[in-house]
Amino acid sequence: MLIKRPGDIKPSEITPQGIYARRRELIKSAGLLAVAGVAGIGTGPATAQTGAKLPAIRKSSLSTTEKPNSFKDITSYNNYYEFGTDKSDPAENARALKVRPWSVVVEGEVKKPRAFGIEDLLKFSLEERIYRMRCVEAWSMVIPWVGFEFNQIAKQVEPTSKAKFVEFVTAYQTDTMNGVRMPILNWPYTEGLRIDEAMHPLTILSVGLYDQMLPNQSGAPVRLVVPWKYGFKSGKSIVRIRFVEKQPKTAWESAAPQEYGFYSNVNPDVDHPRWSQKTEKRLPSFFANRKTEMFNGYADQVASLYAGMDLKKLY
Amino acid sequence: MRRLSERAIGAVKVCLFLVALAPLARLLLGVFVFPEWLGANPAEYITRSTGDWALRFLLITLAVTPLRKLSGWVWIARLRRMLGLYAFFYVVVHFASYVSFDHVFDVRAILQDVVKRPFITVGFLSLVLLLPLAATSTHGMVRRLGAQRWNGLHRLVYVIGPLAVLHFWWMVKRDLTEPIIYALVLAVLLGYRVQEKWRQARVARPVR
Repeated sequence: MLIKRPGDIKPSEITPQGIYARRRELIKSAGLLAVAGVAGIGTGPATAQTGAKLPAIRKSSLSTTEKPNSFKDITSYNNYYEFGTDKSDPAENARALKVRPWSVVVEGEVKKPRAFGIEDLLKFSLEERIYRMRCVEAWSMVIPWVGFEFNQIAKQVEPTSKAKFVEFVTAYQTDTMNGVRMPILNWPYTEGLRIDEAMHPLTILSVGLYDQMLPNQSGAPVRLVVPWKYGFKSGKSIVRIRFVEKQPKTAWESAAPQEYGFYSNVNPDVDHPRWSQKTEKRLPSFFANRKTEMFNGYADQVASLYAGMDLKKLY
Repeated sequence: MRRLSERAIGAVKVCLFLVALAPLARLLLGVFVFPEWLGANPAEYITRSTGDWALRFLLITLAVTPLRKLSGWVWIARLRRMLGLYAFFYVVVHFASYVSFDHVFDVRAILQDVVKRPFITVGFLSLVLLLPLAATSTHGMVRRLGAQRWNGLHRLVYVIGPLAVLHFWWMVKRDLTEPIIYALVLAVLLGYRVQEKWRQARVARPVR
């Protein structure tokens, strides 16, 4: 005889991971709120966090006119290994990421090193930049980022003549990032650009997606976006920016140098050792029938940065 | 449990046939009815999922003989052909999704892939090696080949298993957890056979 027994309910089905991971914080803030309420103190305007709407955003002529992917697609299919290696992991696990308080230290070969609080970064005049995003795994999306050009940061810290490269160091929160327990990459995830690449008007620091603050799985609260390079060059959740003289070692380059070079410009003529880069799948399409363009279609703007370079060797 | 009636075996087979179709049914429902099941990259989901199931059915097929010997359930040997054919079936769907989604039937690009990229080479090789096994799966073929030759031919599965795991291992970008699990299961299943051979050789230098 078959006796039906309801399956055990896992704790994770009752309490979302994000809330569970922040339980102490939540209890604390609830307590503070109660105290404030009793004392009749206002808590002031809540700090805008993930999901909050951004103020009026300027359009940009650097945006593509292609149709952006849905918010759902962009935020449910992510590579953010600190939260797991499956594409669906970050949407689930990154809820735990602590995004406030947040500051980005800018230092190295600069005249005026300083830290930017996330509040400072949100004061830059924000633009919408609808960019193509080509992943090294041969799929692509169109994403409406909100942010500002990286060169605005540089202007404030004044790089010296010794600053030849920029290194981007991303968040490493051992208490919220379930993926960093595994030595899959060298944590913290580090990326880098040549200074002229970083200063290019297409290179932005993004703080938003569509009309809202950047979701955690997309790299909240602030991430780099370099649209003519494979997606992994655009580091998420940035905490430190260093202007340096020597070419920095990047995470994927350290992990598999024969597969991922420092430049990693989108290039249909340089295959990944394990798959062709000639075509791509524009999600959510089933078919990889879209021809990949040199520099992801931004050749007019960026090809001159690489004049005279052998891009087959410097991939 | 050791012995089942013919009727019971028939019923088990029907159940198994339907259960083994479930992964395919889920994918078809995902494509045509519930797109959210497959996420933002449905083609990748289908390729991965059919590859996973091909590998799983291959390992389940390889588990039949050890399970029969350890449990004494003679009848489960009768399920082996269907399990093996399901492994082949999911390999074919897996390959078809690669051919259509990733290469949009560009034969030249596919051949280049097979030649140039080791993980595709070994995956393709396991498909090719599975063909004669699938083709000789019928009773008629067993009779025609004779038990000894048939058994010899079907030992190819001991090559196909490692090739399939290697295909997965080399495909993975960085996180090897899953391929390691499959490799361990395969090692246990093949290791059991090696150990059995040794035991037989030691226990009896028997009358033939």
